[in-house]
Amino acid sequence: MSMPTNTDDVVAKVRESRVWRSVFRSGTGSSTLHRALAIQQNIFLHLFAAKVRKRMVRFSATWYLGTLTFGTFLILVITGILLMLYYHPSVPQAYADMKDLQFVVSSGLFLRNLHRWSAQLMVFLVFAHMFKVFYRGAYRTPREFNWVIGVILLVVTLLLSYTGYLLPWDQLAFWAITVGSNLSSAVPLVGGKIHFLLLGGNEVNANALLRFYVLHCVVLPLSAILFIAIHFWRIRKDGGLYVQQSEPKTQAATDSALTAKEGQ
Amino acid sequence: MSDPKDFVAGIDSDQRRSPTRVVFVTRRTSAQVKVTQEDQMQTFPEVLFRAALAIELLAIALVLFSLFFNAPLEGLADPTHTPNPAKAPWYFLGLQELLHYFPPVVAGVLVPTLLILSLVVIPYFNVNIEANGLFLKDRTKRLRLFYLTALGMLAFLLAFHVYVAAVPTVLIALAMIVAAHSSPDSPSRLRRYLALKPLAYWIMTWFLFELIVLTAVGTWFRGPGWSWVLPWRS
Repeated sequence: MSMPTNTDDVVAKVRESRVWRSVFRSGTGSSTLHRALAIQQNIFLHLFAAKVRKRMVRFSATWYLGTLTFGTFLILVITGILLMLYYHPSVPQAYADMKDLQFVVSSGLFLRNLHRWSAQLMVFLVFAHMFKVFYRGAYRTPREFNWVIGVILLVVTLLLSYTGYLLPWDQLAFWAITVGSNLSSAVPLVGGKIHFLLLGGNEVNANALLRFYVLHCVVLPLSAILFIAIHFWRIRKDGGLYVQQSEPKTQAATDSALTAKEGQ
Repeated sequence: MSDPKDFVAGIDSDQRRSPTRVVFVTRRTSAQVKVTQEDQMQTFPEVLFRAALAIELLAIALVLFSLFFNAPLEGLADPTHTPNPAKAPWYFLGLQELLHYFPPVVAGVLVPTLLILSLVVIPYFNVNIEANGLFLKDRTKRLRLFYLTALGMLAFLLAFHVYVAAVPTVLIALAMIVAAHSSPDSPSRLRRYLALKPLAYWIMTWFLFELIVLTAVGTWFRGPGWSWVLPWRS
């Protein structure tokens, strides 16, 4: 209810300009219709429903675990791209780049810390999200397939974290990947072949580093983005976030008051 | 005025919620309310704002954490010098712990494959759709089956000396015995809660316990040669 300030005027003018209107198809305005259109007419936002049940927005319903998982993914993409500017996937340059990040690059150490801790947190949050969804029973019909997409995203997340683990090329990385990749040789019949395909050799070496780099920076993030998009879109298509019968509705008091007023 | 109407018409409009809706209900059918009207919130801007706020708080927490705690970095990779113990990333340490007891084809291939498969089939498996307490129906039969499974599993774990994985199994089995001897009208809140839990709940909770215990043991309680160590005594 404040008086329109100068900034508000400018913003309004910009939003009504031809250029703005050519970009945002929904038009401006604060009506319910315009706000619904802001979702429906946007290629990214149209994955979501235009409205969400009020009780599903409360913290206790979901603990925002899915949102937070996506948040860590965003942080990882941004810090990951910045880290790529300082990183060469070759032996032993990769390790020298770690040292450069630590001592030469401005805020390089912070950048790597943020990437590393976000990655650990993302793995944790994906598991937490899965168990929360399970205990709420939110995997039930018609949401079965979105649960399966979720399991795929769990696997993609683990692979992302695992491939990233090798990139610093320190002792920790080298031996963790050696332990892990040796397991693939245990697959009956084709184990040796899988092991060779994964590492580009019989042991963890420069070829393995390059393969893990490509998987970590291109293949896996792209598949994560694809499946995240499907995961979000299916929430809308499957009828919104799952509502438990036992969860109380929030029929706001103001609402019934308004209805009563209208009825007079 | 010969043929009677074959339908009843209704009209409902709530401008704040939805545009005008017209409903026609034909004869021999009845309108069934599947979804009751409830308060909704506009995704733009309210829900998106909340999501952005949640992500913003997360980012602040992570930035603060990253300012004070450095990511681990050891010496240059050296294929000729194996650290003891060589550990996988923490989220695989549960599997590495199993690798200590079982051959690689079991711990490294069979167990993860079965885990992922059972996660995938959860929503398609009837047991998981049923939301009734496990022991409320066919009590005697189910109790017998439960004792058989629990004892068989325990015998298997003990035969392979997997005491670490036996602990969560015993805990869950004890909770299930309490559940079997509790009624949904029990005065105790805990017993009411346990009595109403379906089979899917018990399996998933067992999995969660195993995951936590095996990962924690692999992370903190394993030293050189995968021997038992205490983390507070280095």
